[in-house]
Amino acid sequence: MNGGHDLGGRQGLGSIAPEAEDLEPVFHSEWERRVFALTLATGMLGKWNIDESRSARERQHPAVYLQNSYYENWLEGLEKLLVEKGLLAADELLYKEVSVAGAAPELRIPDAEAVLKILQSSGSSTIECEAAPLFNIGDRVKVRKQYSSGHSRAPSYAQGAIGKVIRHNGCHLYPDKVSQGRTIGEHLYTVLFTNQSLWGKTEENAEVCIDLWQPYLSIAAKESG
Amino acid sequence: MPHDHDDHDHNYTQPPSDLELRVKALESLLLEKGLVKADALNTIIDTYETKIGPRNGARVVAKAWVDGDFKKALIEDAGAAVAALGYAGRQGEQLQAVENTPETHNLVVCTLCSCYPWTVLGLPPAWYKSAPYRSRAVSEPRSVMEEFGTELDPNIKIRVWDSTSELRYLVLPMQPLGTENWSEDKLSALVSRNSMIGVELARNPEDIN
Repeated sequence: MNGGHDLGGRQGLGSIAPEAEDLEPVFHSEWERRVFALTLATGMLGKWNIDESRSARERQHPAVYLQNSYYENWLEGLEKLLVEKGLLAADELLYKEVSVAGAAPELRIPDAEAVLKILQSSGSSTIECEAAPLFNIGDRVKVRKQYSSGHSRAPSYAQGAIGKVIRHNGCHLYPDKVSQGRTIGEHLYTVLFTNQSLWGKTEENAEVCIDLWQPYLSIAAKESG
Repeated sequence: MPHDHDDHDHNYTQPPSDLELRVKALESLLLEKGLVKADALNTIIDTYETKIGPRNGARVVAKAWVDGDFKKALIEDAGAAVAALGYAGRQGEQLQAVENTPETHNLVVCTLCSCYPWTVLGLPPAWYKSAPYRSRAVSEPRSVMEEFGTELDPNIKIRVWDSTSELRYLVLPMQPLGTENWSEDKLSALVSRNSMIGVELARNPEDIN
């Protein structure tokens, strides 16, 4: 879905005005710390995956998404997931009524030691794919136009553009399905786009590489050409 | 930040904002229901506030500058190379190192959210997660870099990496001239966080003396 989060190439959003690197704190206030920690800690309960949590943050009115600060969007996503996954009742979130029932018995609630282990362990999004990859390095591929209401990682600025496959990254969990709670992999490619193909301009000496899953792409010209 | 009313200019206590109350209430609720543990929350905060940060990445880059074999390993499989230095964990599993050369400069963004190589750089700065950076880095990278005070020769091509998958990108900046005999330790002071995102170059020797 091309909501408020799908920002590549959007204009009118102003200047960056970065804080000086040596002066910027990791968190800008106590509530940001808490939102960050609550999001990671509840994520460790295994009730949702990273694509579901991205999707939960994205499913907001674009004006609200853009108006919110970063951790406000995290908070919004977290509250949504807690209710959608049945860990909290919507009423509890409104703080009208709190049931005293504790955590579901099948949940393992990590303590500090377990958390450290999880934070230090590496995960991987690679998975086995039965089919061989459709595209080869050097192939020219076109990003399919997409109008889906679900979560996707095909940025709208690249849709319709033609680029060149520069790397095959193996088979990775496919966000469009994983965000629906399904464990499905697709081949992942890194595709290089010229400024001309993305923006219709050549004056800036620049190009963009995007990681794109096979279903996002169709062949434009084989590598031999 | 739009709804952040922390204000230390007054010598009386400000009432907490709606947002602070909302977060406090959520935390109390989750603690009360046993869905999170207080010590776990503190460990998470402590890890990313004091333990994991861009000094990790700076040591990786400095090592790559002095050790050709390590640099080769880093380019081939950055995840394994940095894990061998002890930097493994969340959001760093599938790391790619992209090397700046006299012809090509690399810049990293995540236009769709805020993907960032946590294991080597820590949590991203606020500007990296902001709408202006996410929108403009892919379409006008030169003007973005200018906002950081970086003027790149127009003949140098900028290659922007949009982190749309679980691959994470670390820029390997060029080693500044005149630092050929420096120790790894001293070199790491030249490696700013921003140079590993690609909005700046590595610091010059005169900048740190």
